[in-house]
Amino acid sequence: MITISVDTNMCNNYGQCCFEAEDIFALDDDGVLQFVPQADDSRLDELENAADACPMQAISLTQS
Amino acid sequence: MSEPVVVVGAGLSALRTAESLRKNGYNGPIRVIGEEKHLPYNRPPLSKQALSGGIEPDELAFPHRASISDVEWTLGVEVVSSDFRSRTLTTDDGATISFGALVIASGIRPRRLPIPGPQDGRVLLRTIEDAHHLRNRLSAGVRLVILGSGFIGCEVAATARGLGCEVDIVSLDSEPMIRPLGADLGAGMREHHEQHGVRFHLGRTITEFTGKDQVSGALLDDGTHLEADLVLEAVGSVANTEWLEENDLDLSNGVLTDGYLSVVDSPVPAVAVGDVARHPNALFPGGTMRIEHWNMPTDMGKRAGSTLASLIAGEPVAGKPFDSLPSFWSDQYDQNLQSFGIPGAATGYEIVEGSYRGDCIVEYHDSSGVIGVIGVNRTAELLPYRKKLLARHP
Repeated sequence: MITISVDTNMCNNYGQCCFEAEDIFALDDDGVLQFVPQADDSRLDELENAADACPMQAISLTQS
Repeated sequence: MSEPVVVVGAGLSALRTAESLRKNGYNGPIRVIGEEKHLPYNRPPLSKQALSGGIEPDELAFPHRASISDVEWTLGVEVVSSDFRSRTLTTDDGATISFGALVIASGIRPRRLPIPGPQDGRVLLRTIEDAHHLRNRLSAGVRLVILGSGFIGCEVAATARGLGCEVDIVSLDSEPMIRPLGADLGAGMREHHEQHGVRFHLGRTITEFTGKDQVSGALLDDGTHLEADLVLEAVGSVANTEWLEENDLDLSNGVLTDGYLSVVDSPVPAVAVGDVARHPNALFPGGTMRIEHWNMPTDMGKRAGSTLASLIAGEPVAGKPFDSLPSFWSDQYDQNLQSFGIPGAATGYEIVEGSYRGDCIVEYHDSSGVIGVIGVNRTAELLPYRKKLLARHP
């Protein structure tokens, strides 16, 4: 299992992560990032791409 | 291959290429040589949060994956020449370094203009040190003249106004950020800046800095004299390719690569990544591009690491040619710009939502169709436009 965390002090709601994993990251109607906090190990590549794509480097992933 | 992969340059593209080499099965030694003293760090905040105090410059380092924990980082050392036939590099401390394969990630530096007058008080913005220096000098009442009206100039203008500085922008262009944005959106952004008190001197350049030892003003080509405590020069960039000369490579506007980011005409396995690379893009066929957008080092590093791992193993290069959609964002006051594609290469544009003076979406096209989209405060709404650009793929 992969645990996803977002540093909300850093996040600027640029939405770049949403392009990499649309079902995990999304901007709500107010443009604020919402995300699913856990995902299956099979999603690692997409989640790493999302973390890499974050302009503020606010996403971290922990595998357990 | 016993000699290491040597990566010249220690920015984001170096980091992502090293990670990708490991991910694609290269387990040999990797050595990164960087001119800056720092491990790879995130540059965009240098003109924004790191200047206004929201983020300390030292907090900008990228995290490293475990796969690259054995990479050797040689920092504060500049590679000054290279010989591809003997597979050696020479550094500014006189050392000769052998390589088995090469990653060219040497980036860009700010362009300097030969303007007469005192040097003290002229500043650039590319590195953490530059940001430290600028941050220490920006405070309420400081008179800042910015030469250049591109993104760095405009972002620093917005940040400096937030800090209470007086700001004048001098630019030969007719509107700020005109090349990527076009004249109408450029004019809309200019009005935001003017509402925040920035003064523009467009179609003008600085012919001389005035003052004795320290810059106290800038003389424009129409005779206007602007008083200044500090001048930021932000007039574009130069690719760092001098160290590659005499290897018969195409170094016109960066290092030319093929569609897999392998260096054209290189006798050794070599890739080029990031701001220094000029490359084809399968999404926009027919030419080459050198793009300084933030997402490119990451996307190029991933493709180039795979390419180089194959070249080193003596195997055919696998996968798709490089086809990343260029993307940038910019924050100025409460305006958030996001761009996808290559709007700067467009022959025309049309507004599809909103108004140029407020929030909007603008599409950019050439004879092949839509090649770019820019949204102002429209992040969530840009998703279908981005998908339309990705659908260009044959």
